[in-house]
Amino acid sequence: MKLNKLILSFISAIAILFSTSVVSFAKVVGDKIVLGAAISLTGKYSSNGVHTQNGYNMAVDRINDMGGVKVGGKTYKFEIIYYDDESNPKRAAQLAERLISQDGVEFMLGPYSSGLTKAIAPVTEKYGVPMVEANGASRSLFTKGYKYLFAVLAPANLYLDVAIDLAVEKNNGKPVTVAMAFEQDAFSQDVRLGVLDAIKRTGSKKVIDDKLPKELNDMAATLVKVKQMKPDVLVVSGHTKGALTAIRQIAEMKVDVPMLAMTHCDAAKLSKQHGKNSQYALCASQWHKTLTYKDDFFKDGMKYAADFEKEFGYDPPYQSAESSAALLVFKDAFERANSFDKKKVRDALAATNMQTFYGNIKFAEGGQNVDKPMVLFQVMCDGSGKCENKVVAPTKWASAKLIHPIPKWSER
Amino acid sequence: MDFMVFQYPMITVQACLDGLLLGILFALIAYGMALQWGVMNIINIAQGDLVILGGYIAYFMYLYGIHPAWGVIVSPFIMYFIGVGIYKLVINKVVDRDLFISILATFGISILFMQLMNFAFGADVVLANSGYGTTMLFDNNVTLPNSKIFSAFVSIVFAICLVIYMKKSKLGRAIRATAQNARAAKILGVDTEKVYAATFGINAALCGVAGALISITFTIHPYMGLPYTIRSFMIVIVAGLGNLPGVAMSGMGLGVFEEFADYILGTEFRIGSVFLLLVLILVYRRFKLSRKREYLK
Repeated sequence: MKLNKLILSFISAIAILFSTSVVSFAKVVGDKIVLGAAISLTGKYSSNGVHTQNGYNMAVDRINDMGGVKVGGKTYKFEIIYYDDESNPKRAAQLAERLISQDGVEFMLGPYSSGLTKAIAPVTEKYGVPMVEANGASRSLFTKGYKYLFAVLAPANLYLDVAIDLAVEKNNGKPVTVAMAFEQDAFSQDVRLGVLDAIKRTGSKKVIDDKLPKELNDMAATLVKVKQMKPDVLVVSGHTKGALTAIRQIAEMKVDVPMLAMTHCDAAKLSKQHGKNSQYALCASQWHKTLTYKDDFFKDGMKYAADFEKEFGYDPPYQSAESSAALLVFKDAFERANSFDKKKVRDALAATNMQTFYGNIKFAEGGQNVDKPMVLFQVMCDGSGKCENKVVAPTKWASAKLIHPIPKWSER
Repeated sequence: MDFMVFQYPMITVQACLDGLLLGILFALIAYGMALQWGVMNIINIAQGDLVILGGYIAYFMYLYGIHPAWGVIVSPFIMYFIGVGIYKLVINKVVDRDLFISILATFGISILFMQLMNFAFGADVVLANSGYGTTMLFDNNVTLPNSKIFSAFVSIVFAICLVIYMKKSKLGRAIRATAQNARAAKILGVDTEKVYAATFGINAALCGVAGALISITFTIHPYMGLPYTIRSFMIVIVAGLGNLPGVAMSGMGLGVFEEFADYILGTEFRIGSVFLLLVLILVYRRFKLSRKREYLK
């Protein structure tokens, strides 16, 4: 009996604790602007979820340290309520609901991945809560007519079409043959659509069009076909496992292809995990630290990378950089709106036109950022086997010259 | 549908060889499953997760600068004790119960392992580089990664060692006796509890070897275990229990089947085709068994 009472009082103590803490979290309290975010801290997206969170935290600290956000003559500081969505879309939607209706959050930051953003967007839309997201690039997010969704990153269909253009350019403007291998998920299929557009636009021809399964760890069959068909370009997109598997098997099977273009190279730590085998791979990236965009908070990419490394102990992947940029966008919008009214902030967001260390940001009708091109970097190794990613396209940002065609394995 | 695989003889050869090498590796995992299924009457859903865990052991050796090939020695050692641990904690409570209970229990272990691995090692896809080169055959038209040849070779060595061990050693004989009739073995003085623990340990050790090989040849990820469970389940269903040559044959058959399905139906149906085959085989087995009910309880 005594034990029961003890348990009961313990539970009620916890309940009281929770209820008070919930009350203290609300949209704008005292001098705090509270943002909400559901992030994958566990589950299959946990590593990128953590990159996202680190990016958010880094920007919050920086903005708060440098004077915070000025609205109506008063300065406010950012604060973020995080929940772990366990990499599960259903959970993410529930948490968005909870953040908005229970915790009273009126401004949201995006989760990691297109899939989860897709799950959350209808909820934020229903409540008219502006969400700035940094990690959902799928084209379908921007064709649904969402009014409160803003993405600082370029949409997925622009990831690899640059590579096709580049190949055509290297082929003296003549069409090329393209082999494609894409995973069957929303993001990779959008990348594929972009590549298909580029193929059509340049009059090129696709010779292989393989779809990779989610549990992919062997793509030998695709590569044998590539050996047989000898395309000018091989395009692979299947998240980190796609990138890692492709590089391993291309090296093992000595597949010679003049151009190899991929996504997720830096998330896969390609040059670290594969060293020299990853040499010459072209990778689509939202951001690279050597780009010369500037802002007042992080100065430029190099400075951002150095500060990030100091705080978190690793080189920032683009997932972190774009997440930091999301906070800069929010700050800018709050100050221009000069209000915490959701509608006014939404309109201010829609009118965003700024430069951050991550790139220019200007939203199109659908909410995607149209002012920031993708970059392609190429993995380049020196004699000692140390590999680095160097931007090779577009030419404006290039820090190295594209090596094309890729030397044959027999000559390496 | 794409029948390119038959149009070029070199691709056919490549697909067959790839499939065979892969199949031998599958057979090793399936042999472990057949062993403990036969002895303990337990279908281990966590089989694939044990494989992945074994892979992580090799991966961590690689991270610390040890060649991952040593993983095929170290990983089974560690995995044996993990296997015995799982037996003592969970399996010994379900070993005499019906099959459904054991499936539920191992399903639980599987989920637990996935989450723990994700928690401990992160959600990144990782691999261990062996640095083995490539064997070129037929005027460079057929390429065989040496890592695949190595893994097939190691699998065969381990399988042979195990067969000899089961035939010659005292524990091996006790395991076989228990498999034939647990009650009789107990009456004759076999400590069946110990035999069960050892069997589960040996199964985990085999998974450890296979995992180390997979980290060298493919990639590993905390959530990648299930396809390995399904494959080994299927191989065992086809081959039957306690039939090593059968397991080896059906393993290789499955490997070749997968490769050809990959070429003909497309890579997206590779694992799907395995599931489909499983359903077909189960239906066929049921049809066959329904005509000889007396074998069933």
